[in-house]
Amino acid sequence: MGYFELIIACIFVNNILLAQFLGNCPFLGTSKKMETAVGMSMAVVFVTVMAGTLTWVIYTYILVNFDLVYLRTIAFIVVIASLVQFVEMFLKKSIPALYAGLGIFLPLITTNCAVMGVCVLNIDKEFTFLQALVASLFYAVGFGLALILFAGLRERTLLARVPKPLQDTSIALVTAGMISLAFFAFQGMV
Amino acid sequence: MVESILFTFGLGAVCGLILSFASKIFYVYEDPRIAIVENLLAGANCGGCGFAGCSAAAEAIVNEEAPANACILVGVENVSEIAIIMGSEAGTAEPLKSYNNCDGGNRATDRFIYNGLNSCSAVTSLYGGKRDCSIGCLGFGDCVRACGFDAIHIGPDGYPEVDEEKCVGCGACETACPKSILEVRTVSQRLLHLNAYDNALAPCAQTCPAEIDIPRYIGHIRKGEYEEAVNTIRERNPLLLACGRVCPHPCESYCRRGIEDEPVSINQLKRFVADYEMNSGKRLPIECAPDTGKRIAVIGGGPAGLSCAYFLRRVGHHPEIFEAMPKLGGMLRYGIPEYRLPKKVLDWEIDGILNLGIDDHTNVRLGIDFDFGSLIAAGFDAVFFSVGAWNDYNLGISGEDLQGCFTGIDFLAKIGNNEKVRIGQRVAVIGGGNTAIDCCRTLLRKGVDKVYLVYRRTRKEMPANEVEIVASEHEGIEFVFLAAPNKVIGNEENQVTGLEYLKMELGEPDASGRRRPVPVEGSETVLDVDMIITAIGQSPLLAFRGKGDRLDDLEITRWNTFEVEPATCQTNVPYIFGAGDSATGPALVVDAIGGGRKAARSIDQFLKGKPVVPQPNALLNKHIPGTIFESVEGVIQKKRTEMPELPVAQRIHTLDEVDLVISEADALYESNRCLSCCRLCYNADA
Ligand SMILES: Cc1cc2nc3c(=O)[nH]c(=O)nc-3n(C[C@H](O)[C@H](O)[C@H](O)COP(=O)(O)OP(=O)(O)OC[C@H]3O[C@@H](n4cnc5c(N)ncnc54)[C@H](O)[C@@H]3O)c2cc1C
Ligand code: SF4
Ligand code: SF4
Repeated sequence: MGYFELIIACIFVNNILLAQFLGNCPFLGTSKKMETAVGMSMAVVFVTVMAGTLTWVIYTYILVNFDLVYLRTIAFIVVIASLVQFVEMFLKKSIPALYAGLGIFLPLITTNCAVMGVCVLNIDKEFTFLQALVASLFYAVGFGLALILFAGLRERTLLARVPKPLQDTSIALVTAGMISLAFFAFQGMV
Repeated sequence: MVESILFTFGLGAVCGLILSFASKIFYVYEDPRIAIVENLLAGANCGGCGFAGCSAAAEAIVNEEAPANACILVGVENVSEIAIIMGSEAGTAEPLKSYNNCDGGNRATDRFIYNGLNSCSAVTSLYGGKRDCSIGCLGFGDCVRACGFDAIHIGPDGYPEVDEEKCVGCGACETACPKSILEVRTVSQRLLHLNAYDNALAPCAQTCPAEIDIPRYIGHIRKGEYEEAVNTIRERNPLLLACGRVCPHPCESYCRRGIEDEPVSINQLKRFVADYEMNSGKRLPIECAPDTGKRIAVIGGGPAGLSCAYFLRRVGHHPEIFEAMPKLGGMLRYGIPEYRLPKKVLDWEIDGILNLGIDDHTNVRLGIDFDFGSLIAAGFDAVFFSVGAWNDYNLGISGEDLQGCFTGIDFLAKIGNNEKVRIGQRVAVIGGGNTAIDCCRTLLRKGVDKVYLVYRRTRKEMPANEVEIVASEHEGIEFVFLAAPNKVIGNEENQVTGLEYLKMELGEPDASGRRRPVPVEGSETVLDVDMIITAIGQSPLLAFRGKGDRLDDLEITRWNTFEVEPATCQTNVPYIFGAGDSATGPALVVDAIGGGRKAARSIDQFLKGKPVVPQPNALLNKHIPGTIFESVEGVIQKKRTEMPELPVAQRIHTLDEVDLVISEADALYESNRCLSCCRLCYNADA
């Protein structure tokens, strides 16, 4: 599979949120306002790329070599959690501006299933390092795309005539379902 | 098995090590108190405090940007513990309370057919949120839903009502309301807020130099809530008894009812509630914020000084007033005569202000009894100048120093101070302002046979208040218009015997648009008088300068007033502020009061170590575009309440108060004439 197809697949066809249904809590939780949605998307891109590549390295060079692949899940969780902590500290000291933007979202992603999912998918699909890097980046971009699209829609639904029982989260779930259906049109493209 | 255990522990150890090294390397200094405070907070990360999570709130508390009780969930114990950590006393923090800016009136019908979500923000995004006026409350109650404490509900008139008991000041309603109707503020923040372009302000409230929320207090009177009305006025003006009597009410000229009918008698209503409080025999309690321990020297105890001291005290500072005269009050006491503002009333009012805990020192004049250096040595953190304008201008004609010649302020101050003054039988008062009229009317009451008022121009150009001119006409003062004094004539004993003046005629308009009077050749006329009072204007007396101290650095304008930044009242010396007549030149009592409050706002910023900056969007007595209408529909004409006054025959022989207070029934009637602008939804298209 060429990189172009990989990118399309990651963003659209196998969109982590709308096709694989991972990371639904931030999807609903941070999509009420465009501002938060954008902040969250950036944080996810940042963390996923770091986590996706690091876990790939650990898996290929340590777990496989020592025949410990069955420890994958637990190892990944520890690694991702430490990584996020580390990144948070690093940003706070070295790039305070970026920290101010992403700061409150970073801890929220520590145990986000989308991040974990990308790491696991990278392994399952037997990607090379470069492929894993690209895939992590574009899965996260796909996450951001879906989240921002959805936040825009949710801001608009405020203005719509929504029957009482469906207001707020219920209509949001219905909307999410329909975007997801729309994304299924990409199915089979790659 | 062994490998897996080894690996798991190994991974844990490596991660732990990396993180602990990282925490050393990437260590950012944080006040250790932040962590302690954070542990004492509820830890719910609910955002109720208005900060992004508990750690942000803890940081704000430690940086003193938030009070010890900022967290809405913790109990009294933790609050007091936090307060101890912060070295302040529990409860020092002023509580935040939600305050509704738009209340009253009938809710008008919708301007559009709207079937969308019943939400204020939805309506605002779609239609700019016009239900009737562009600012008013929409009444769909986003605030009610936002409040997690059940403290807001939509009242019977369709606008939200706040239950002060339940409100914790979390600010959720303020965030939810798209129209800034609800504001969560501490009392101090409210006291020091200046009118702004984006506030819901009636035309009268925009015009009032003290920025009183006029329709709100009139609304209280309408409901019989006189105490609330007094409190509303006191948020902007501590001298309501005095203003209710002497204010020329510029607000009434802009009253919206005045476009179609006679304006509402706003000042009479103020006087009514002010007198109501005084006559009720008890003083309403006045809330003050917790002590800050900062001291301010207020030089001059006139309206500007009293107002500034009052507001500074209410926000927790410690002003001390230094006054040159034997008693406080400035021109209210020594300029405005007894028959307009009885000293008894003034005393009652000033006592109420001093009772808040303001120290006063009378009979001490800066520059003579004490100097500026001693103030600074005494540890005052800021100085406020409100020395007024007490220096009478001279005519500059010959004979002005003869016996029987006085200047206006000098004369009135002597009378006000109960000093003996030798008064003539026939007196000429020169000038056309309030001071001149007050001299004339005072003289009449002292038993003078004939009083002339000599003025350069005509009645139309007289700067005195219209009501004053009318009253003096009634009392039989003779006006000599278009007359320019030429010289004072005296006898051998240096006693005044007459005033020679030139007749004038009106010529071309001058820069101010008034027609300039020009003398008519050979028209010298002599008025047969034995006393002359010159009252042609005043300027501040700044004799305390020039002593080689910091005051010499102050910038002074060419009118001999303090050069201050108009939006902040700060002078070029950062810790010196100025307002009132000494900064603006002779003006009104309300101007001095408004100036005092504006200065208090800046002094508060200065004392808290913040930069002294003007309030963004401040209106500063200009008018909000689009709020001054050409016409108002649906106004049914109703006569304005007449002001009751003592009959002329009775009043000119005593110093009894001339203007009387209106009755309760009249007050009720008059308050119902108010259109409640910016409270009631006014529909221009209806
Ligand atoms: C005769 C007259 C009638 C008026 N009538 C009206 C009216 O009807 N309505 C209206 O709105 N306005 C009226 N005004 C205007 C109004 O009184 C003034 O605008 C107002 O009082 C100004 O307040 P202030 O605090 O700036 O100054 P002031 O009231 O003049 O107070 C200044 C104080 O500072 C003290 N002081 C001065 N120098 C020193 C010093 N070196 N050390 C210590 N203390 C010092 C003075 O003794 C005085 O008490 C009138 C003014 C006059 C003169
Ligand atoms: S105060 Fe604001 S949020 Fe509440 S009902 Fe009125 S417009 Fe809506
Ligand atoms: S009608 Fe009432 S609110 Fe409107 S301008 Fe007149 S006094 Fe003020």
